[in-house]
Amino acid sequence: MKKLLSFGLFMLTALVFTAFRPLIGTGYGIGDTAADFKLTNVDGTQHSLAGIQGAKGYIVVFTCNACPYAQAYEDRIIELHKKYAPLGFSVVAINPNDKNVQPGDSFDKMKERAKAKQYPFLYLYDETQEVAKNYGATRTPHVYVLDAARTVRYIGAIDDNSEDPSGVTEKYVENAVDALLAGKEVATKETKAIGCSIKWRKS
Amino acid sequence: MLRLLLLLLLVSPFASTAQDIVFVKADEIARWKAPAGDTVRVINFWATWCQPCVAELPAFEKITAEYAGRPVQVILVCTDFKRDVDTRVRPFVQKKKLRSQVVFMDESNPNKWIDSVSPEWSGAIPATLIVCPAKGVERFFEQQLDYETLRKEVEAALR
Repeated sequence: MKKLLSFGLFMLTALVFTAFRPLIGTGYGIGDTAADFKLTNVDGTQHSLAGIQGAKGYIVVFTCNACPYAQAYEDRIIELHKKYAPLGFSVVAINPNDKNVQPGDSFDKMKERAKAKQYPFLYLYDETQEVAKNYGATRTPHVYVLDAARTVRYIGAIDDNSEDPSGVTEKYVENAVDALLAGKEVATKETKAIGCSIKWRKS
Repeated sequence: MLRLLLLLLLVSPFASTAQDIVFVKADEIARWKAPAGDTVRVINFWATWCQPCVAELPAFEKITAEYAGRPVQVILVCTDFKRDVDTRVRPFVQKKKLRSQVVFMDESNPNKWIDSVSPEWSGAIPATLIVCPAKGVERFFEQQLDYETLRKEVEAALR
């Protein structure tokens, strides 16, 4: 009986800790290993990071259709992929927004946008929002640069001027990827930017 | 000509009721966080295109109205693009008849100032900081707030 009671207590403690875990220290930090995922691309096919051939790393961008900041960076995200995919760093764009909260970010709207702008990269739908939660993404756009082993090497903004591409003085993501390609330490590992909050599903 | 002048004189008092948006730089944040005496400052970061921000604006306006005459100040810090200030922000502030003070954060690189608002802030909006240094109050929220939550926070800071 006593054994059963202590086991019960143990289970209860475990349950409480599991339940509250997401509240403490959410998401990845620099040096953490990011989990792979399997998400649906705008063409209907399933994709994971492991499926990208010859990858030396990944530029994971949480972004969406509707957010003006994401829109401001759209062309720059396309350019990032065009420049770095041939060097082994593909852009993997993920839309984490709930379509009921932001109808402009539905899967159908994603398809339309990807087609209209001829996205050269994967544009994946994180319908359950699990990937965004695992990563600790809070806004769009929110970038995670990973190395080949999926170690998180940079988290933050694409560059230091969202409104005006010609006013950019520091290209954070490019600098991070250049450093990784050169086998060097990333100098600026984390930055912050104003962005649209991820539209979490209302429970 | 005289008629025009008269018209201007008649119109101007009404025109001046619409507030003008003050452009601020990042060094203003430190001053916001250090109000004189036991003043409570409620500093909200928003944008016209941000739905949850627009949805919570009435709650901040209600704080401004309900706590008029008390040491409570609401500052609505606009983070729209600078090119949209005349075309979107000013018309929005006018249409909504915002009474709380609206300022525009005239900085191109948020990475330079987000941490000075709060290290807890990722940069997602809406975000709100409630400070009252005299009472040791500094509360940060990266979420949409409702009036009741705001009122409780302001009351706690005033106590």
